[in-house]
This record gives sequence, structure tokens and C-alpha cells, in this order.
Amino acid sequence: MAMEEKLRRTMMFVPGNNPAMVKDAGIFGADSIMFDLEDAVSLSEKDAARYLVYEALQTVDYGRSELVVRINGLDTPFYRNDIKAMVKAGIDVIRLPKVETADMIRDLEGLVAEAEIEFGREIGTTHLMAAIESARGVVNANEIARSSERMIGIALSAEDYTTDMKTHRYPDGQELLYARNVILHAARAAGIAAFDTVFTDLNDEAGFKRETKLIHQLGFDGKSLINPRQIDMVNQVYQPLKKEIVTAQNVIAAIENAKQKGSGVISMNGQMVDRPVVLRAERVMRLAKANNLVDEEGNYIEK
Amino acid sequence: MTISFHHHFREGDYVFNIIMRSIIDHGYKNLTLAPSSLTNVMNDIVVEAIKKGVVTGITSSGMRGSLGDAVSHGILKNPVIFRSHGNRARAIESGDIKIDVAFLGVPNTDDMGNANGMDGVAAFGSLGYALIDAQYANTLVLITDNIKPYPNTPASIKQTQVDYIVQINEVGNPDKIGSGATRFTKDPKELKIAKMVNDVIVNSDYFKNDFSFQTGSGGAALAVTRFLRTTMIDKNIKAAFALGGITKPTVDLLNEGLVAKVMDVQDFDKGAAESMKDNPYQQEIDASWYADPANKGAMVDKLDVAILSALEIDTKFNVNVMSGSDGIIRGAIGGHQDAATAKLTIISAPLVRGRIATIVPEVTTVITPGDSIDVIVTEVGIAINPKRQDLMAQLKNVPGLPLYTIEALQEKAEKIVGTPKPLQFTDRVVAVAEYRDGTLIDVIKQVKE
Repeated sequence: MAMEEKLRRTMMFVPGNNPAMVKDAGIFGADSIMFDLEDAVSLSEKDAARYLVYEALQTVDYGRSELVVRINGLDTPFYRNDIKAMVKAGIDVIRLPKVETADMIRDLEGLVAEAEIEFGREIGTTHLMAAIESARGVVNANEIARSSERMIGIALSAEDYTTDMKTHRYPDGQELLYARNVILHAARAAGIAAFDTVFTDLNDEAGFKRETKLIHQLGFDGKSLINPRQIDMVNQVYQPLKKEIVTAQNVIAAIENAKQKGSGVISMNGQMVDRPVVLRAERVMRLAKANNLVDEEGNYIEK
Repeated sequence: MTISFHHHFREGDYVFNIIMRSIIDHGYKNLTLAPSSLTNVMNDIVVEAIKKGVVTGITSSGMRGSLGDAVSHGILKNPVIFRSHGNRARAIESGDIKIDVAFLGVPNTDDMGNANGMDGVAAFGSLGYALIDAQYANTLVLITDNIKPYPNTPASIKQTQVDYIVQINEVGNPDKIGSGATRFTKDPKELKIAKMVNDVIVNSDYFKNDFSFQTGSGGAALAVTRFLRTTMIDKNIKAAFALGGITKPTVDLLNEGLVAKVMDVQDFDKGAAESMKDNPYQQEIDASWYADPANKGAMVDKLDVAILSALEIDTKFNVNVMSGSDGIIRGAIGGHQDAATAKLTIISAPLVRGRIATIVPEVTTVITPGDSIDVIVTEVGIAINPKRQDLMAQLKNVPGLPLYTIEALQEKAEKIVGTPKPLQFTDRVVAVAEYRDGTLIDVIKQVKE
């Protein structure tokens, strides 16, 4: 899939029925902002939240954050109206909760395409992502990840998943080991992003850091967050080391060098630089820039 | 006749109500009230005193709640005069305010009037604002609930100044005098603003050994103190002094050796109030020493960095801390104008509060002139006074510190909340605001019914 490679370290949940939080969501530097119309919103406020998010998307400047909305599920009476309103509002990504099969995404895709036609939006510009919250979803993760050209990612949602698995969350995360790896592999095989679940105990900073380091090591793009205070902590974990940046700078210089020479083979320190090394170097530089470790020209900023 | 009080007991003040009750009941008329400031607990009885003709004039740092509302609706015969803490000291010293009787509540005194604010059930720490009254009032009455053996030391107010001592049961409610343990804010927006304020300070040329600062109270100010502490440790920078209204986090910096002296005109919380008597480097200073522009030298003249708040800021950088978006009086100058003379004056304020813009084309009331304001910090970014090109150069390339023009911030605010209808006032002036040197800076008019 021809997805542009985008940093998605932080996906911040914002309750769709909270005007103050919806208004301020753009100021914290989250890579993605996820307006929630589902679990955070009580039944009596579903319509109000949908209106609020719709209006906010028309008026508030969210800067460079990717804008995501978690709509209500397929089995709810709010599903279709959520889709219409959010497609009309020009949302970047619709996140479907409790996805268990590829058919659920295909159903969503059909309705999104209809809405795009209805509201004159360019076909295919509304992207999709799936939250996997059950054993069945994990087992089908591979198909779900490949279910649509519009898919940009899949996310693990651990609260429902652990309940489904007849367990609960533990500090060491062993209960999520299989699901995390399955989702990550499904995402990588499909060429889309993988998001880890939320960490709900705001006061356990050490636990949050431990979990973030683990999912960073596994290879997740990033993590869903419930509070802006967690953004900086995730970014710190994803921040490249100085030696990684220097290596990346050398790789990029070698590419430039090869281009100037008209050579198809890139070499650095006498060794051939292959494609994975180039990709990793580019990602390191994107992360370094996002963490203000290098300036616009890519020079390391001494702190 | 002019009577005065201090506001060091803040919302826990019992003295003001007891004295004013007695004055009203004795049938006095046509008094001018000249307290250092008026807190909410004083509102009802001041309104009663105005209605009965007991009080016909007021000068204060500020007022809020039902009193501010009543004054804005024209209840008082003469316009209120608002003065900063430094200006009040100047006015008393120069005779612009002539205090006939000062009624000063103290948490301890001996039978001759040697008193301080540091000890006793109702201790509040520094007596800073009251010391001017003690020095200049024609007649000084101390009110206390705690008579100590003679001679009582340290004596902030001295027996040479005191005419009468009145003992009552309780001078104040200790739970309402200052906030209890100061809690670090968890509001992500306040934290973000505080972090950016810290970034402004530490990336400016003023952040070097022996610098000085004033932070004030409030969630964001406390958070700034905490961020500043971390940066001072990281960069091995120590401050010469912290000035003004003091909080526990500032006292912690003193105890950690990050700040050499705390120059203390009032204490906002119990931690700061309690530490004064034990720490010789937490120096009580009076309002004149703190901020009087007409004496032989005030501490604000040596202040490097001041962090202040605002109800409104306009595109000329003028600040309003006095009237609300409805035009009604609901604030206090405090030391705003005084501290704003610092070399780097930072206003920290959210771009909008609820549906109300903080950055506006024109403030309702000018309290602190834009010329003394250097940087505005909001949650979306900062604006630097174009007169400070030097700061512009120091701060333009700081990562995470987006730089806007003040006009751009104003437009952003207006885009979020829309354009409000202009406020409606009558032609009658209900209050005048002086600048710290005693000149008129703005007037507040009666709101239209």
C-alpha cells in the first residue's frame, strides 16, 4: 500500500462531548488526535458529541496533528450518522471499534465511500483504522489489516481484550504478549501502522515508561494515550540517540554522494548501504526532527 | 476621615468585619476606606457601609465579587481609586493618602505593641503591606488574639508606632488565610504554558548566575517555579533573590540553595508563612522597599524576570487585571504594575478562557501599560513586544516555542470565540486606576443596566 510514512507515536484520546478538551486538543503536539464518540460518551450525549466534534473540525486549528475519530460500533444506532458527519467534516481517519472481521471494515468502507460521494469529498481520502478488542479480532488481525486500501493502521485495545481472554491487565504485560505480536505482524505485513493500547493509571509514571519502552522495542509505531501529559514521555522513549542520528546523517550523506556520482550503489565506510538501512536512517531523522534534536537542515543541536 | 486595614489574612479575615460592624453601629459617616486590598469576606459589610453612607470613598489594590459588582453599578458616591502596592506606599508617604486610623490585625503582640505576622494561630508570615500603615497612620490600633510576654521579638511593628492594642478571641481563620499544601497543577494546559514560560526565561540572556525573579501565585506560576528549579539544577544556575508574594515552592528553592535570598512582602501559603521565622534569608520587606517608585530605591528596580497574569491583553501589549469581559470590576492591581518594570516581564495567560478571548484588540481597562510588557505566553505560542528586538533574537529559534505576532494571536483567539458585542457603559466614572507613579492611567465607567 502506498501509504506515506508518517510519525504516529502518540494518538491522544479526546472525549467528544467535552468542549474544553476538544477545543484545546491541538496544543499538546500529539501526532494524532482521536476524538471519541464511543465509550467516553454516554448514550444521552451521542448526538451532542457528534455535533461538537463536527463543529470543532470546521473551526479549530489542530496544526499538523492527524485527526482521527472513534465512531460508535456497527451494532449501534449511531454508526451510520457518525460516518456521515465525520466524512462531511473532512476527518482524516475513522477508527472503528471492536473489529473482529475484515467484513466489518468492508461494510464501513462502503458507507464511507457513499458519504464521500454525497458530500463531494474526493473518493478514498477518508482513511480507516481498526481497533482490535477481542480474541476473534486478534485471530483475524491479518485479514483485517489487509481489508481495505484505506487502512492506515490497527490498534490493540486491551481492556476489552483481556476481559474476553478471561484475564485482566498485569504490570508486566505478559497477558498481551501474543496479541501485541500478532497485531504488529499483521500491520507490518500489510504495510500499515500498529498502535499499542492505552495505559490508564496516570499516576504510575514508571509503569507507563516501562510499557512504552517495551512496545517501542517490539516495533509499534506508537501508543494510544488518555492524557496530554503522557505525550512527552512517549516522545522521549522514541527519541533517537545521538549516535543513531550521526549514523543516519552519514547514510543520508552517502545517498547524496552516490546520487551526485550517478551511482546506483550506495556505500558508506566501504560497506554497501542497503534499503533497510536507508529506511531506518530516514525514520531516525524524522524522529530526531520531531524531537527538536536536529534543525531544519538536519544538523544536530547540542543541548 | 480615612481608615485603613491590611489584607494579609485574605479570605480568613475576622478583624475587618468586627471593626466595620462597630463603626457602622456607632453611626460614623463619610469615611474613606484605604485598605491594602479588599477580599471577598469583606464585601458584604463594605456594601452595607456604602449604603448607609458610612463609607463614601475607597482606595484599594482591587475588589471583586458583590462589592466590585455594586461599585460597577454606581453604588459609591466618589470614584474608587485603584493603586498598586508600590503606588499605595508612595501615596501614603507623599500624603496623597492620609491615614487617620489604621486597624491592623496581628497574630501576636506584646502589651506595648511589638508585633509580627510569623507566629500564632493566625500567622500569615510577612506583614509587608501593613508596615506602611504602621509607620504613617496618625493613630494605630493593633487587634490581636495573642498577647505575648514583653518584649516580643522579632518586632516587625514596633511599640513606638502603636497607640492602642485590642484583644479579641480570634483575628482570623487559619484555614482560609493561605492555601494549604501547594499542589502541583495537573491541568495539561497550565503545564504547557508553564513549560513555555520556563523556556522563555532560560533561553533569554537574563538566565545567568545571580539573576532575580518574581513568580506570584496560581497554578501556572507554581508550575513555572518547579520547571525553573529543574533547569537551574541542570544548568547550575543560582538566583540572587526571589521577590514579592512568596509560596512554598519558592521557599524550597531557598532551602536547596538555588536562591540566595527571598524578599518577602506577603506569603500565599502556610509553608511560606511558617518558614519565615526560622529562616534568616527569608527577609520581610515592606511595600515601599518592595515597589515604591518614589522612594530612594525599590527592589523591583533590580528585578530581572517577572511572571504575571492577565484578564486581558491587547495588541499594544496593554494588560487588564481589573475589569472582566462584562466590564465589571473583579480584580486587583496587586504588584502588577510594579513588577512589570522588571527587565523581562512575561505575561502568562491562556489564549481564551471558555468563550472569552484573553488577547483582544483593546483591553477594557488599561492597568499595566504595554511598554512594560515584553513577552506574552499562551498555550499556542508566544508573542514578543516588537520594541524588544533583542529578545526576538534570543527566542526566535527555540524548539517548541512558536513565535507569533500579537496580532496573529489576537486573530487566533477571535477565530475560536468570535467577535463580542462592545460593552455598554454610561458616562459616569465609578473608578480610576492610577499608574504606580500616581498618574491616571485609565477610568472605569458605570455599566449600563
